Amino acid sequence: MNLKRILLAHGGGGRLTRDLIKGKFLPALHNRYLEPLSDSAVLPELPRGRLAFTTDAFVVDPIVFPGGDLGYLSVCGTLNDLAVAGARPLWISWALILEEGLEEEVLDIVVKGARKAALESNVDIVAGDTKVVPKGKGDKAFAVTSGVGVIAPGVELFDQAVVEGDAILVSGPIGDHGVAIMAVRQGLTGDMRSDVAPVWPLVNVLLEAGLEIRVLHDPTRGGVATVCHEVAEKTGLSMILEEKELPVRSSVRAISDLLGLDPLYMACEGRFLAWVAKEHAQKAIDVLRSHPMGRDGAIIGWVSRRPPGGSPVILRTRFGTERPLDLLTGLELPRIC
Amino acid sequence: MTMDGFQDQTIARDLVQRIHFWARRIPRKVTIMEVCGTHTNSISGAGLRGLMPENVRLVSGPGCPVCVTPTSFLDMAISLARMPGVTIATFGDLVRVPSSKGSLEEAMADGCDVRVIYSPRDLLALGKELRGRRVVFLAIGFETTAPGVAATILESEKVGNILFLVGHKLIPPAIEALLSAEEVNLDGLILPGHVSAIIGQEPYGFVSERFGIPGVIAGFTPLDVLAAIAEILQQLVFGSPKVVNNYGRVVRPEGNPRAREVMASVFEPCDGVWRGLGEIRGSGLRLRTPWRDLDASRLVTEVVETVEPKGCRCGDVLKGLLDPPECPLFGLHCTPEGPRGPCMVSSEGACGAWYRNERIRGGLK
Amino acid sequence: MCLAVPMRVVDINGSLALAELGGVRREISLELLPEARVGDHVIVHAGFAISRLEREEASAIMELLRGESPAPVS
Repeated sequence: MNLKRILLAHGGGGRLTRDLIKGKFLPALHNRYLEPLSDSAVLPELPRGRLAFTTDAFVVDPIVFPGGDLGYLSVCGTLNDLAVAGARPLWISWALILEEGLEEEVLDIVVKGARKAALESNVDIVAGDTKVVPKGKGDKAFAVTSGVGVIAPGVELFDQAVVEGDAILVSGPIGDHGVAIMAVRQGLTGDMRSDVAPVWPLVNVLLEAGLEIRVLHDPTRGGVATVCHEVAEKTGLSMILEEKELPVRSSVRAISDLLGLDPLYMACEGRFLAWVAKEHAQKAIDVLRSHPMGRDGAIIGWVSRRPPGGSPVILRTRFGTERPLDLLTGLELPRIC
Repeated sequence: MTMDGFQDQTIARDLVQRIHFWARRIPRKVTIMEVCGTHTNSISGAGLRGLMPENVRLVSGPGCPVCVTPTSFLDMAISLARMPGVTIATFGDLVRVPSSKGSLEEAMADGCDVRVIYSPRDLLALGKELRGRRVVFLAIGFETTAPGVAATILESEKVGNILFLVGHKLIPPAIEALLSAEEVNLDGLILPGHVSAIIGQEPYGFVSERFGIPGVIAGFTPLDVLAAIAEILQQLVFGSPKVVNNYGRVVRPEGNPRAREVMASVFEPCDGVWRGLGEIRGSGLRLRTPWRDLDASRLVTEVVETVEPKGCRCGDVLKGLLDPPECPLFGLHCTPEGPRGPCMVSSEGACGAWYRNERIRGGLK
Repeated sequence: MCLAVPMRVVDINGSLALAELGGVRREISLELLPEARVGDHVIVHAGFAISRLEREEASAIMELLRGESPAPVS
């Protein structure tokens, strides 16, 4: 295949579509479920446990960024949604909507990224689809995924299990992905990198430690503050975060200061938050830190009762004062003010 | 000795102790105003109000350029956005501000081309990228920002398709107008660090000489603000008001003459309208005659009057007469999600900052 | 509207410079601060260096804050 750009015909279902699938997607993503290229992937019987099922759409801009690309991000993101439900990821579906005129070499990067994500997590991309929209009707490429995983018997993670006194843990430094994306858009160079990575290995180690883990969440869009709001809403309790305990890379801090961003609201794509029974919090942190992906894990706060009119999410500043962390009302835009 | 010292908790405690020490020796309530959005944020973000003595009240003046930009400016921006062939370039802060015709964010959803930029320098590349279109930059900000805009204007000639809607404002005339207002009663001023980096110390002389109150040029870390408050209170106790530069690490007494030169080559002072405060003589900037061709306001033919929403007390808040929760609209009819007046829109506006950061102490209505 | 950050000048090319903060670099203009030199720390606002950060001065402030004036006891 020596075309340089994606044409409308690549999504048309005819020869060019078949060439794209057989020449590009199948060689990169091949596995026995995808190979037949049938209308539906036929999968074996599930391992023991309950099924977890998730879907996601990815519209990241730029589609190639420090630390990753649309392909790697879309597969990892889906795997991580399963992981934080306590599910070992099994199978992914991966659909692309491409804009006419997209350079083939960019598509190659995206496909390679998806392949890498699948291989390193030992999952198969078993189903896919490609459509092409006319130039101007789609921003280079979008990815839409779904994923299936299995939750082992005995693993029960849900928001309502969270009680007053529980500790809030984070598996690593916050804000890396969102800030890296913003930084690229602003023409910054240097030490910034998305944290996109699969979290299942770290989740698994935590779940297997026999501790009282209430629930897990991955702080993607909207960051740590937004996820804390979700849990606060579901439970009617308040989440108190300690500013001085928040792990933030110095480059993330620097870019945030430069662009007027708050890492608490910036997406992470390789982290999770864990709500853990107080008596197991220290042990949980030790478990995380003993794993290469969890070295910078930290206890960042705790759950408290919410008095009438109280705020769902509160930050205890390094000065010992408190202020509410509200839900974002708009997009985080780079400010000068 | 590193800059991290400015985060030091022992120093913070020491400063708070001093603040309480001096405040105890002042037998009345004291109101200290800052006039810089970044100071507003520092105070709220670190919860400094919670550390103040009973008789010290911190208020936010007109230091947020977004907040004091009149609705007529936004209305003109929206009109320009809706013109065919026009791309609006703006700092992010302005995008959600409501005008009488909706916000820029809403205009974007309607198909208008609005680009958020971080630096006026980005205009040059944008202008080249968008040949055939007219790029209109919404030039707001105080003396910190205007020189950079001026430098860009000087370079924009060679690109040729960039116009400027000028809404710059000057701080000293606004401070003077505030202090002259009968109903305003301030005991001290925290002066804006980066505006001062440009204009120096001299323009603030009138604060102590004419109005007899202390003024402290301060940096933006919570420690800088605490030190400034301690200094003001100490001056009040000794009854010897003066203007002091506590931000010597950045502010030279003479400021930045080169920046002022660049600013003056392109802009000249004019009367300015400050939302909530009304017109203040000599407090705005406009393009000098040789640059008038770049004035985007000439493209707008309709005359728009600034109409304040009913019940909006932003003006009184900006003068330090009201604390945000005392405005009848605060929290109920005017929130960050649905702001009525400018003080609520920006997280650096008095009401926006208060709502976001202070509700815990005050209790949300 | 004074959001400005201290950055270190790492390279100068005419009136443009590459400045660095926490491992991240950005191109800035020295149009308003032509006297800046490589190695200087400058305050950057909206892409322009507006003033030099005098670190010695910073140390002086720290001394002041740490207790040159006597800490009050009551």
